[in-house]
Amino acid sequence: MENINIKDKARFFFEHYGLTERDLEHYLAAALSAGGDYADLYFEYLSSTSLMVDESMVKSASQGISAGCGVRVVSGERTGYAYTDDLSSNRILHAARTAALIASAPAKAKVAGFQKAAARSLYPVTLPSVDAEISAKVELVMRADKAARAYDPRIKEVRASYADELRNILVVGSDGTFAEDSQPLARMNVSCIAKTEGNSARGSAGGGGRVALDFFFSDKNPEYFAKEAARQALLQLDAREAPAGEMEVVLGPGWPGVLLHEAVGHGLEADFNRKKTSAFAGLVGKRVASEKCTVVDNGTMPWRRGSLNVDDEGAPTQETVLIEKGILKGYLSDKLSARLMGISDTGNGRRESYEHIPMPRMTNTYMLAGEDHPEDIIRSVKHGVYAVNFGGGQVDITNGKFVFSASEAYMIEDGKITAPIKGATLIGNGPDVLTRVSMVGNDLKLDEGVGTCGKDGQAVPVGVGIPTLKVDRLTVGGTARKDPGGFMQ
Amino acid sequence: MTPTELETRNPKLETDLKEVATDIVGRAMKGGATAAECVVREGDEFSTLVRLGQVETLKESGSRAIGVRVFFGQRAASTYSSDFSRAGLDRMLSSALELAKITSEDPFGGIPPAEQLGQIAGDLDLYHEDVYSLPGPERIDYARRTEKAALDFDARIKNSEGGSFDAATGHKVLANSHGFVGEYSRSYCSVAAVPIAQTEDGGMQRDYWFSVARMLKKLDAPEKVGRIAAERTIRRLGARRVKTARVPVVFDPMVSTSILEHIFEGINGDSVYRGASFLAGKLGEKIAGDNLTVIDDGTIPGGFGTSPFDGEGIPTRRTVVIENGVLKSYLLNTYTAKKLGLQTTANASRGLAGTPGIGPGNYFLQPGQKSAKELIANIKEGLYVTEFLGQGVNLVTGDYSRGASGLWISNGELGYPVEEITVAGNLKDLFFNISEIASDLEFRGSVAAPTIRVDGLTVGGE
Repeated sequence: MENINIKDKARFFFEHYGLTERDLEHYLAAALSAGGDYADLYFEYLSSTSLMVDESMVKSASQGISAGCGVRVVSGERTGYAYTDDLSSNRILHAARTAALIASAPAKAKVAGFQKAAARSLYPVTLPSVDAEISAKVELVMRADKAARAYDPRIKEVRASYADELRNILVVGSDGTFAEDSQPLARMNVSCIAKTEGNSARGSAGGGGRVALDFFFSDKNPEYFAKEAARQALLQLDAREAPAGEMEVVLGPGWPGVLLHEAVGHGLEADFNRKKTSAFAGLVGKRVASEKCTVVDNGTMPWRRGSLNVDDEGAPTQETVLIEKGILKGYLSDKLSARLMGISDTGNGRRESYEHIPMPRMTNTYMLAGEDHPEDIIRSVKHGVYAVNFGGGQVDITNGKFVFSASEAYMIEDGKITAPIKGATLIGNGPDVLTRVSMVGNDLKLDEGVGTCGKDGQAVPVGVGIPTLKVDRLTVGGTARKDPGGFMQ
Repeated sequence: MTPTELETRNPKLETDLKEVATDIVGRAMKGGATAAECVVREGDEFSTLVRLGQVETLKESGSRAIGVRVFFGQRAASTYSSDFSRAGLDRMLSSALELAKITSEDPFGGIPPAEQLGQIAGDLDLYHEDVYSLPGPERIDYARRTEKAALDFDARIKNSEGGSFDAATGHKVLANSHGFVGEYSRSYCSVAAVPIAQTEDGGMQRDYWFSVARMLKKLDAPEKVGRIAAERTIRRLGARRVKTARVPVVFDPMVSTSILEHIFEGINGDSVYRGASFLAGKLGEKIAGDNLTVIDDGTIPGGFGTSPFDGEGIPTRRTVVIENGVLKSYLLNTYTAKKLGLQTTANASRGLAGTPGIGPGNYFLQPGQKSAKELIANIKEGLYVTEFLGQGVNLVTGDYSRGASGLWISNGELGYPVEEITVAGNLKDLFFNISEIASDLEFRGSVAAPTIRVDGLTVGGE
């Protein structure tokens, strides 16, 4: 949309809505009027653009703005929440008084003087992409379309999309929290279908981050993503049936790190452990992975999709060691779980929007590089699967079972990568899958910037990464039977 | 103050949203658009979660938003906003008019012709104020009773993710430059419980159950919901793995709906015109066994997928999608119908932004004669799936591979629980291999299917 002229992005709500610090104190006092222990306000102003080219036409272009304020009141373990999309004083007060009713006592907590969070700049874009010329974004999707089609005549259908947003937030809390941030996010995606006589296959690729538009005009350009999507589609045309059953699995570097996200990441979110609903509850200090595994969650990586200067509760993000040389070190926490569990706040309190209650979430979750050479890892496998690209995954945090679906994978036979295989789901058990990691490559890579994580219906952008990994035993959900001795009916 | 005084509703919005929508359309046309369409949505929500007997969260709010789509000949663009101020609406409109300059001429673009527009007359029984009629404490009590019934069911249920009560209402307005103006409201309420059971060796399992209705009166009793949630959780305790095998697989109604969703993905106009589905071009052909009949009907009074008109202002209807295994109709909106040289099936779905998508109405698999029990009784060894994990479905190729858990069928009866297994095959074969369809069709959402038995799938395990 047209730009709103704000001189200082960091003062967005004060300049655009005429908010004052006194107003904020007043709203917080209303939120605490029924005796809550803690209250906070989350102001959000989100502007976004999206474009899609299909059949070489820009078929869809849209822009939008969504703004609002969420008020949270915490009383013991209880949370009251209300929000408004109208940022007038009376509506915010109404929301504050509604949320206040989670408590039922005379007001006791006071609003502390605001302490502004130290400025940090993990994504110092000068011109946020939402404000950039739309013609440059059109160029990106058209170039992607052209490059995918030019890659091979068998590429018949191409869709390329581009989406960006700028989220301005202000978080203030009755404990003195005061944080502002302006969070850009951009992503492009290419999907295509390859067709031959009687055969079709799909491929897709994409990337981005908390970056400006120029990101897509360097090495991660439309041609890069288009060629990758086309390559995957063509490869799948010749894929054979995937095997079924337990076998050795080698995961390629980068996006296959979705394994960590599902197998251990969610299970280490503090809310599940506070409630003892996670298969990892009570395992701090215990071995949950082989000695070769060190896993961190790091919200402080510049330009990354999962990074944040401050989380959605106004706390600075950090690098948190989850597993160190196989031993479980700790959890990912937000304010509520930190207070109730007596642990420190790791700055992982996140929410999808002002309409949502924050909770512990991952940022960028990855495993540190090991010492094995990727070629040696492949060479060590007699009969197994080499999986390099994945779709999504899912986990049941209570019994620990997780899946992730390979979209590009190959057989490994006698230490050599052989034929490509069809997409297959891999399934395992979170608390013990990493104990079966016998080799860790020296080639840590993070994903291209496409991850979106869902929890309790809330979607937030995240990053994942791993070096090449060998898991000694994992169940592969194919159709080709490995062992003809299995029983049939 | 106590929760008794909790206000049940946000202050009612004073503005007539139909006027706002028609005004935006009129102004878009004055601004040079050749066609325009405006959608306004507003909604209220209330939710409460009680965990281990204590209120954990209470949430209550309302919001609204507006979106406009404009055409300049065959070029289109759309914008949306949550800001209903004069300045906010002006900005939304001028941005849309500006944005349309950069999109392509699409020969198939445009809003539907005037003669197709309209809506089903009469009360569709979609809105009941009673979802908000419970006073605050009783809403919390609904959530508490649901959880308590689960916790009391068995001593092995020692923990819980809680019991919940939710209510919501939504109001939708659509106007376009052919003079169509329509609106409808829908209400919804639900109770749910998510108990956690634990064995002595520490192994935990979680499951859930819920009841959802458009009116409070039709909601199942909290005690019933809690008890079923507990039964479903307890029966998972001690789950083990099984050896890789090819055996009959029975889909519980909660997971058989996923098969209908795959069919939907494969036969919606968008997948079809792109050739992104193995079902593209199969109209009139046999794509499934004789026993398979699939219907989409957006007109069923009180249905979860019912509305008087679709996302483009066309009256909803009943469409036979598959009849005795033959693909009779795709599900289409105006754009995809034009692309395929067909007529829309009034399945346009409309968000605030972008071009209309395609969504089902009340979309279901015709039930058969046998009970689920009889269907299982015929199976010597097999898998009864109660939950799928992950996606793992490729509509281009039909490849199908999903994580699963459930119960092992031995000698015609449900036996021990199983987990950490996969179910794989190809949808092209799967649709023909639905060898039995039970009679237990029940709508728990807009997509519904009875218990089904599928042969020829590979169960992957140890």
